[in-house]
Amino acid sequence: MVNKEEKRLINLMEPGHTGCAGCGQAIAARLVMKAAGPRTIVANATGCLEVFTTTYPRSSWEVPWIHSLFENAAAVAAGMEVTLKAMGRYEKVKIIAQAGDGGTADIGMGCLSGMFERGHDILYVCYDNEAYMNTGYQRSSLTPPGARTTTSPPGKLSWGNRTRKKNMPLIAVAHGVPYVATATPADPRDLMRKVKKALEIEGPKYLHLLVPCVPGWGIESELSVEMARLAVETYLFPVFEIEEGVFTKVKKVKERRPVEEYLRPQGRFAHLFRPGGEPVLEELRRIADENAALEEGPVMLYGGIGAEP
Amino acid sequence: MRTILEGSKAVAEAVRLCRPNLVCAYPITPQTHIVEELSRMVAEGRLDAGYVLAESEFGAASIVLGGSAVGGRAYTATSSQGLLLMVEVIFNIAGLRLPVVMTCANRAVSAPINIWNDQQDAVSIRDSGWIQLFVEDNQEAVDTHIQAFKIAEELMIPVMVCMDGYVLTHTWEPVDLPEQEEVDRFLPPYDPPYKLDPDDPFTMGEMVGPDAYMETRYHVHMDMMEARSVIRRVCEEYREVFGRGGTGLIDAFDCEDADVVLVSMGSLLGTMRDAVDELREEGLKVGLVKVRCFRPFPKEAIHDAIKGSQVVGVIEKDISLGLEGTLCSEIRAAFCGEESPEISSFIMGLGGRDITKEEIKRVARDLAANPACRVEFRGLREDLLKGDERW
Repeated sequence: MVNKEEKRLINLMEPGHTGCAGCGQAIAARLVMKAAGPRTIVANATGCLEVFTTTYPRSSWEVPWIHSLFENAAAVAAGMEVTLKAMGRYEKVKIIAQAGDGGTADIGMGCLSGMFERGHDILYVCYDNEAYMNTGYQRSSLTPPGARTTTSPPGKLSWGNRTRKKNMPLIAVAHGVPYVATATPADPRDLMRKVKKALEIEGPKYLHLLVPCVPGWGIESELSVEMARLAVETYLFPVFEIEEGVFTKVKKVKERRPVEEYLRPQGRFAHLFRPGGEPVLEELRRIADENAALEEGPVMLYGGIGAEP
Repeated sequence: MRTILEGSKAVAEAVRLCRPNLVCAYPITPQTHIVEELSRMVAEGRLDAGYVLAESEFGAASIVLGGSAVGGRAYTATSSQGLLLMVEVIFNIAGLRLPVVMTCANRAVSAPINIWNDQQDAVSIRDSGWIQLFVEDNQEAVDTHIQAFKIAEELMIPVMVCMDGYVLTHTWEPVDLPEQEEVDRFLPPYDPPYKLDPDDPFTMGEMVGPDAYMETRYHVHMDMMEARSVIRRVCEEYREVFGRGGTGLIDAFDCEDADVVLVSMGSLLGTMRDAVDELREEGLKVGLVKVRCFRPFPKEAIHDAIKGSQVVGVIEKDISLGLEGTLCSEIRAAFCGEESPEISSFIMGLGGRDITKEEIKRVARDLAANPACRVEFRGLREDLLKGDERW
C-alpha cells in the first residue's frame, strides 16, 4: 500500500479516467506530469483530456488543475503566473498550460500569441492528434494533407484534407520563445527530458507532441505508440529542439521508413490507396523529404537571442 | 481626502486602495482612462500589483480568471464591444465562483459603431451570474468599487460596477477618496475558501453532466438571491466607516404620495432629481426610484416602492429589441399575480443622445395625462424616421 504522497510521485495524472484504450494523449499527459512534478499548476483547455480526466465528481489530477474554456488556457496560466509572483507565492512553482491541436493552433491562437509575446514563465504543451477528436473528428489547421475527418471527407471531388499542417513550432520561434521542441509518446524518455529541460528555462516554452488518436485515426488501440514511432521514422513528424531560435537537436532516424508504412494502417488515410490517390501520397512524401532535410545540420530559423548571424 | 478628479481616475484610485494582486485590461473607449491611470500608478510604484496588458478583452478576462483562481484579488475594466468579446469568460468566471471585480464603462453596442453612452452592454449580459451595480456619480463609483470587492469575496460571486461612459468616466467631479487605513479596515486581505495551490491540490472547472449540472446553477441562483441582503449590509457597514456609500439595492424618493413614479439606472438620476423637484413645484406629484442593483434584481424592494402609485415610467438606455426596455419588463414582472400600476417603457438616450431635463419632465406630464401602459422611444429625430434618403 502506497501512501498518498508516494502515489502522487508515481502518477500525478492518475489512471482510472475514461480515456480510450491506447489513447496517445493520455500516455503523453501522464509523462508530462511525471516529468513536471508535484509543484506544478495546470491550466487545461477544453478537449478530450479535460473531459476524460475530470468527469465530476472524480478527477485524475494530483496537482492543482483548472479548466476554464476551449481557447484560453494560455491566458489563464498567464494570470496565475503574474498573480503568484505578485503575491510572493511563485517560488518552486511550475505552470503548464495545455491544449489540443484545435485549442492551440485554431481557437486558442490569440491567447497563446499573447502569452508568448509577453514572455510569461509558462510551459505550453500542445497535444496534437491532428483533428477535433473530442467532438467527433473534425478537421483542424493541424490536420495533415489527405486525412479524412468528418469535415474533410473524401468524395467524388475530394481526397480528404487539402492543407498542410500549420507550423506551430516555427510560429512559437517567431515570437522569440526561447525553447521550442517536439516529441511523441513513442519515446517517453525524450519527451520527459524535454519537459524537464523546458521547465528549467525562464520564460515561455512550447512543446508540441504528436499523440495518436485511436478512434480518430482509425487504428487498433495497441498501435497508437507504434503509429507515433512511424510518424517519426517516416519523417512525417520531425522531432527536434530549437533553442533561442536555433535548431540544437534534430532526431536522426536510423532507418527511414516509406510514408505508406505509417499511412496504410490508419483508416483516415485508407482512401489514398485507391486509384487516383497517388498525388496526395506524393505530397506527403514531399513533406517527409522536407522534414528529413532538417537533419542535414542545425539550421537557423530566427535571429533570436543568442543566434549566430 | 476631498479632491477633484475625473471619474476614471477616481475609479483607478479606488481600485488602488483595494490593494488588488492583479490588474489586467485591454483598452477600449470610454474605459481607457481607467487603465491608463492604473498603468501610471504601476509605473510610478504607487500600485504594487501584477499588471498585464492583454492581447484582447477575451484574454484580459481569462487572465483575471487565472489570477483569481490562484487566490489573488483581481480587477479588470471594459466597455461595450470589449464586454461582449469577454462574454464567454464572464459566464465562466461566475460559474467557477471567482470574485473578480470589473468596471463596465457603459457604452452603446455596434452596429452601427458608436462610442457614446448607453447601457445596452451591461444589460445584455444580465444572465451571466455577475452582480451588477449601477452608479449615479463619481463618488458613488468610488464607494461602490470598494464595496464590490467585499461583496464579491464574501459571496464568491463576481461584481460588475457599471458607470455611464463619458457622462461619468470623463467628467471631473469633487470626490472624497478614503484613506488607505480606513479601506484596509473595511476590506481585509482576500482569504479565498479555495484556490489552486500545490500544497493542497484541487481540481477546478471539471466536466459536470446532467446528473449534477443543474444543482450548480441552483446554488449560484440561491446565492445571488442571498446577495441582496449582503449588498445591503455591506453598504451599511461602509456607511458606518465612511459616513456615506450610496444606497443598497434601490433608492426611492417621494414615492409615497406620487401620482407618477419615474424609474431609471445610472447617471441620469441626477437630472431626474432636478426634474422631479421642478415638477413638484408645478404641482405634479412625481416620485423617483433609482435602481442601483440590477442583478440580483431587487424585485421586492422595487415592488414595495412603487406599489402605491398608479402610473410608473421606466426611462432606460437599453432595449430588448422586439419587446421593450429590459428594466421595464422586469419591474412589470414584479407585480405578477396582483394588481399592477400602469408601467410604461421609455427608451431614451441610446448611443449617447442627450436626455434633457425638459424631456424627463415631459415624460412625467404625459404619463399623468395618459397613464396607459406603452412602449415609446423619446427624443427621436423626425427627419431620420423615414430612413436615410441616400439609400
